Amino acid sequence: MTKILTPSGRAPGNTTDSSEPVRAGSQQEGINAMTEAMTELDEQLNIDNETIKLTVDDLRLYYGNDQALKGIDMKIPEKRVTAFIGPSGCGKSTLLRCFNRMNDLVDICRIEGTIRMDGDDIYAPKVDVAELRRQVGMVFQKPNPFPKTIYENVAYGLRLQGVNDKRTLDQVVEDSLRGAALWDEVKDRLHDNAFGLSGGQQQRLVIARAIAIEPEVLLLDEPASALDPISTLKIEELINSLKEKYTIVIVTHNMQQAARVSDYTAFMYIGELIEFGPTNEMFTNPKEKQTNDYITGRFG
Amino acid sequence: MKAWFRSGTPWIWLTGGALALSLVMVIGLLSLIAVRGFGHFWPSLVAETVVTNHDTGEQTLVLGEITRTEQVPAAVARDAGQFVPEGIELVERVLFKRGNRDQFGQDFVWHLGLTLDEMSFPPEVLAIERREWGNFYGYPIYLEIDGERIETDDPRFRDLTQAAVDRSLDYRQRIRRIERTDIGRTSRELENIRLEERGMQLRGVTGPDLEEAQERFARQRALLEAEFLELRSELDALYASQRRDLLHMRMSDERELTIGFDNIVRVTSPNDITVLAKIVEYFDRVGEFLTEGPREANTEGGIFPAIFGTVTMVLVMSIMVTPFGVLAAIYLREYAKQGTVTRIIRVSVYNLAGVPSIVFGVFGLGFFVYFLGGNIDQLFYQAALPSPTFGTPGLFWASLTLALLTLPVVIVSTEEGLARIPTTIRQGSLALGATKSETLWKVVVPLATPAMMTGLILAIARAAGEVAPLMLVGVVKLAPTLPIDGEFPFIHLERKIMHLGFHIYDVGFQSPNVEAARPLVYATALTLVLLIIVLNLTAIAIRNRLREKYRSDSD
Repeated sequence: MTKILTPSGRAPGNTTDSSEPVRAGSQQEGINAMTEAMTELDEQLNIDNETIKLTVDDLRLYYGNDQALKGIDMKIPEKRVTAFIGPSGCGKSTLLRCFNRMNDLVDICRIEGTIRMDGDDIYAPKVDVAELRRQVGMVFQKPNPFPKTIYENVAYGLRLQGVNDKRTLDQVVEDSLRGAALWDEVKDRLHDNAFGLSGGQQQRLVIARAIAIEPEVLLLDEPASALDPISTLKIEELINSLKEKYTIVIVTHNMQQAARVSDYTAFMYIGELIEFGPTNEMFTNPKEKQTNDYITGRFG
Repeated sequence: MKAWFRSGTPWIWLTGGALALSLVMVIGLLSLIAVRGFGHFWPSLVAETVVTNHDTGEQTLVLGEITRTEQVPAAVARDAGQFVPEGIELVERVLFKRGNRDQFGQDFVWHLGLTLDEMSFPPEVLAIERREWGNFYGYPIYLEIDGERIETDDPRFRDLTQAAVDRSLDYRQRIRRIERTDIGRTSRELENIRLEERGMQLRGVTGPDLEEAQERFARQRALLEAEFLELRSELDALYASQRRDLLHMRMSDERELTIGFDNIVRVTSPNDITVLAKIVEYFDRVGEFLTEGPREANTEGGIFPAIFGTVTMVLVMSIMVTPFGVLAAIYLREYAKQGTVTRIIRVSVYNLAGVPSIVFGVFGLGFFVYFLGGNIDQLFYQAALPSPTFGTPGLFWASLTLALLTLPVVIVSTEEGLARIPTTIRQGSLALGATKSETLWKVVVPLATPAMMTGLILAIARAAGEVAPLMLVGVVKLAPTLPIDGEFPFIHLERKIMHLGFHIYDVGFQSPNVEAARPLVYATALTLVLLIIVLNLTAIAIRNRLREKYRSDSD
């Protein structure tokens, strides 16, 4: 099965200048432009030169008796976009959910090994999970706004922290919506129900909601897979602009997307990390045969 | 034929037919109740005719409303001692409402159509609705206003009669106000003094304290008794004024009767009024039915206390069952570890909905009324014993029993509502650093409110129509007071109430005057149905507003 499935048909342009509107072109043009952009950008990327935000050390995760992650070692650099790719069921979403301990909600889930954020073990007994999740925000595959107004959706996280001052909230809501490139579309109807927004707007609203509490890390679990190409494009542009402030980890099925938005890519297969490296290197010159097969669409 | 079966058409007919049949039954039931219920209030003509006794040849004048006519086999009539000529199989018989129960003994009488002369509708006939003894039908002789005699041909006759009725009704209101409010207050204060005194005895107060208190009680008593006497004389004066005006009437059997206006509710000349006047009277009667208390062992007057009691009970029940059921459901669905125990609990709760309601009534009487109520009395109302306060059936126990009865409905709907909330929304909240309880109360529960309202709607529908358990735990034939009034603490949960469902049973099956009660059964049933519809529509409107507020993709 070919993985190059959803051509958004865009020429991504220069990733550092993402606000430039892009026009639809043929798929081939898109891929060419993409490769150019990557070559240009990735020359200086090297994991040894990065500040490391998250360190995964021999992580093994079991659902009951089934082992879903088989000893993962990985370093996730700060203020970069790291993409997890791999076929369905390879454990990439499971790994993503370990970073904000969403797997705690699954009764039968058991974890061995450590994940450290800025050197502190996030699975240590004294860690406040709610506090951790405030530092590690997450956006899900399907937009999941709350059944509240647009304003209250964004203010939700702050209200949880006891912030009720109207002026502070107004400011944060505006900043977050601007940050999520949604402000201009919704500024006149902040007090309408969030379900009135389109899927793509809802997803950006969810991102605004996540960045409103200023997390350090943002986990994106296939954030664009339920969206149309135009909305996907907007989300990708957004990811590009967000990485100036946040460490972003994104799970995606769409390899073009991984190539377009990420700085580093991890390829996973059946619970194991097969290859990790700068996206450019990985897509142009994969070290492992499995990675090569997957990228070129020979399996998956 | 085979092709027809395969086309699926038979299924459409089968399912459509089932729906049509249900609709026909529901509409038939409602229209029967509606026609009989609404029809009762329409002022009917008063017929006059002559009945000839076949054996003696004696002729008597009959005057009354024709309630209905029916065909009976001749043999039935012959068995009843009536003469029916040979060769006739079916005879017609007519039910007259001739009123004047105090004089004739029975106000409804059957006559065979054969024995009746031609009917006439004399315009001078008056129909008088009385407080006692039911309606009176007869011919006016003269009106006596403050000793002055006003003849029927006097042009002022009608107006003055109406004025006398209005005056009497006005007196009646003042009398009721004094009796209910002022005398009620003084006797309540006297009772409070008695209770306080008894309380001191129970606490074993002696010596100067007791003497001082007794002196105070005596003083207060003397004051209240003086006040009471004053009110009493005021009341006597009002009663006397009310009795001043009289209406002299002649009955169909030539006997004469004087009716005091204190006993009159309404005077009409049914054969001599326009359609418009009839319509006005119709609505007047409907209004009276809905806003007045019952008279004459519930066979006359209105059903207001029953409407009020039903609504109050349903509201109190809702207030009790909703939080209780919702909290139970939240625990069961959100906190409890799902497993065998929760499954057993869930099955038990579902089965509770299938327990016959009378069983709840028995439980309510035994546990709530006698055990809980009895202990409450021992603890808090000891001075009033041996007369019970909460240790006797009343509004609170009735509502509590119904709350128990409807609890499964609320639990089941709330649980289903909670189960339908998408996990993605919960995860969204958790991912923002909300704890489990914050997620539950800020996101999940608000989303589930429409489902809770659905549970409440079902509970209301069930509770408002329930009768059997209520007979044991707080509903009575005739309650002297309403459960809510201007007297502190305004809502009297210990009081007994009247209830529309029980009222239907009581009027229909426990009434001494079957014919008089029959239309009231329909009218009361109609009121009950309408009331339940109103309660349900209110709840549905609230639910729809909530649904709009918490509209979600997944619905």
